[in-house]
Amino acid sequence: MSHSRSRLNKESARLANNAARVAITLSALVSIAALLAILCFLLLNSFRAVGEVGLWEMLSGTIWHPTSSPPAFGFLPAESGSLWVTLIAIVCAMPIGVGAAVCLSEFISGRVREVAKSLVECIATVPSVALGLLGMTFLVPWIRTFFSLPSGLTALAAGLMVGILCLPTIVSISEDALTAVPDALRQGSLAMGNTKWQTAVKIVVPAAWPGIFAAILLGFGRAVGETMVVLMIAGNSGLVVQGPFEAARTLPGTIASEVAEVVRGGLHYSALFAMALVLFLSTFVVNLIAAQVIDRSRRRWSR
Amino acid sequence: MVTDVLQALRFASPRATDPEVAVGIDAESAVVPHFATHTAVSAEAVLCANNTAAASEAVRCEEGAQVVTRDLRGAFELEGVSIRYGKETVVSGVSMCIPSKSVTALIGPSGCGKSTLLRCLNRMNDEIAGAAVTGAVRLEGVDINDGKVDAVEVRSRVGMVFQRPNPFPMSIYDNVAFGPKTFGIRRRSELNGIVESALRSAALWSEVKDVLNKHAFELSGGQQQRLCIARALATEPEVLLMDEPASALDPVSTQQIEDTIAKLGQEMMIVIVTHNMQQAARVSHQTAFMLRESNEAPAELIETGDTKSIFTNPRDSRTERYITGRFG
Ligand SMILES: Nc1ncnc2c1ncn2[C@@H]1O[C@H](COP(=O)(O)OP(=O)(O)OP(=O)(O)O)[C@@H](O)[C@H]1O
Ligand SMILES: [Mg+2]
Repeated sequence: MSHSRSRLNKESARLANNAARVAITLSALVSIAALLAILCFLLLNSFRAVGEVGLWEMLSGTIWHPTSSPPAFGFLPAESGSLWVTLIAIVCAMPIGVGAAVCLSEFISGRVREVAKSLVECIATVPSVALGLLGMTFLVPWIRTFFSLPSGLTALAAGLMVGILCLPTIVSISEDALTAVPDALRQGSLAMGNTKWQTAVKIVVPAAWPGIFAAILLGFGRAVGETMVVLMIAGNSGLVVQGPFEAARTLPGTIASEVAEVVRGGLHYSALFAMALVLFLSTFVVNLIAAQVIDRSRRRWSR
Repeated sequence: MVTDVLQALRFASPRATDPEVAVGIDAESAVVPHFATHTAVSAEAVLCANNTAAASEAVRCEEGAQVVTRDLRGAFELEGVSIRYGKETVVSGVSMCIPSKSVTALIGPSGCGKSTLLRCLNRMNDEIAGAAVTGAVRLEGVDINDGKVDAVEVRSRVGMVFQRPNPFPMSIYDNVAFGPKTFGIRRRSELNGIVESALRSAALWSEVKDVLNKHAFELSGGQQQRLCIARALATEPEVLLMDEPASALDPVSTQQIEDTIAKLGQEMMIVIVTHNMQQAARVSHQTAFMLRESNEAPAELIETGDTKSIFTNPRDSRTERYITGRFG
């Protein structure tokens, strides 16, 4: 009697196991298929622009005049804008985000820690339009007067706001990496007469470095793709951006602002798809590297 | 009451190797004419708890015409030490002295609080949320739990080796040089010297001298544990606490670590927790036996004394039952 029941249990466990495996495989296949579909879609639509303008001319062209005749389809204004905004965002968000993660995992405990963590995650739920408005009302005027610029709508303003947007990513993934460092290492360091601070800086952070690096890469991906804040406060200039105080326009910003006005199937339309392809490939590669690094660092402690 | 006195029993001899000298310290004065043989002192159970003034000085002890001077510097004195985790008291009323330049073994069944007691010697219990230590833990007569004493300072004097090897994720060299570097030693030649001598003391030098830049994780478990010993020694502590340092190791590595302990015990105080009775008998000069008699009651120190007498002639029947393997 009990024998047959245990056999039944085993049987159902096996079934559940198989069902789970099938579900996981299916969902993995679906996401890979979706990814490939997006890639094909972008590729197909950008063929015309690549063929008529030329790949290198597009990637390195300094003038973006899609509606003049003859039109110019240089991506460099948008590429430089994206680069500056992202750079400013990461340079600001990295120390703050990693610092916050170290505080959360090494110096705060109990309730305070839980509250602080959920506060950070709250930032992720703020719509980027709201952050754009915030930047527009407070940050932009402040930048204009502080640096005495003709306008505060600059790469700097957008970069700072985008930095806030990628903070949650950087904080929570760095924090995961830090808490994954075995306690035995902290104990060993403290028992040698190192302070908590020395332990955090010299042992825990280096040990968690791959994960922290991955967090920064993921934050980078988040920043590159951000559209709305950039549209609202970066200044939307069509020129190549050479510094933080210039108005800028990014890859996603350009696509979003022009896609409504183009002729479907036209050269401009195709050029925007090529731009999306550049964006897609760059974030994809960055995320791939980050995933690799996270995976490797995880394996490091499970030996 | 009797157990109290027994618990407070001072280790009768500074070293198991010179049993003819027995030192007892009276509550009032540092110079005590305790004309006693080894066994007599043991039976008498001399309280050592109240001699704060004496601890940092050399204690003279006259035996007949002979004046024996023993250096008490670096000795630990515990007086009425109790340790709580939250509301639960796990160790209660431990009083004992641990002499310097010797090896002391802490034995007792699993869960009786050996690690807990060991951690209160370098204030590692501070790092555990909810842990509280009461009573006095004096090193050279200074209570290390005093508010004015810095835990970091205590730990740089009292090093620790853990049950599982925990090398830092860096090269062998950097592991050992880590402590000296934090103390501000930068000169390469000086660091090299420290690393070499620490690795030699930990009996690891000959195996790693050509691969100092290898990652520490590539060493075997036994080598990693000796690396951790070297790492602790590089900061030149006065005391080394070892919590079952050989429990995860094979007999060969264990033997090497025991040799290391025997050598180090001539220079510094070593307190070792072990489940292995033979190991305690082999490496230690003194032994302290702890026991938690029921899950509700906290653990107490049952008996302390010379390793030899504890193992051949224990005073308490519970000690005898434990070392002969009849419970725990
Ligand atoms: N961090 C902690 N929080 C709460 N209770 C603890 C903690 N660490 C230990 N204890 C409790 O204190 C008691 C003594 O534990 P301890 O680790 O000191 O025993 P031990 O003698 O070292 O055992 P073992 O020989 O198995 O290592 C145990 O009952 C344990 O449950
Ligand atoms: Mg233990």
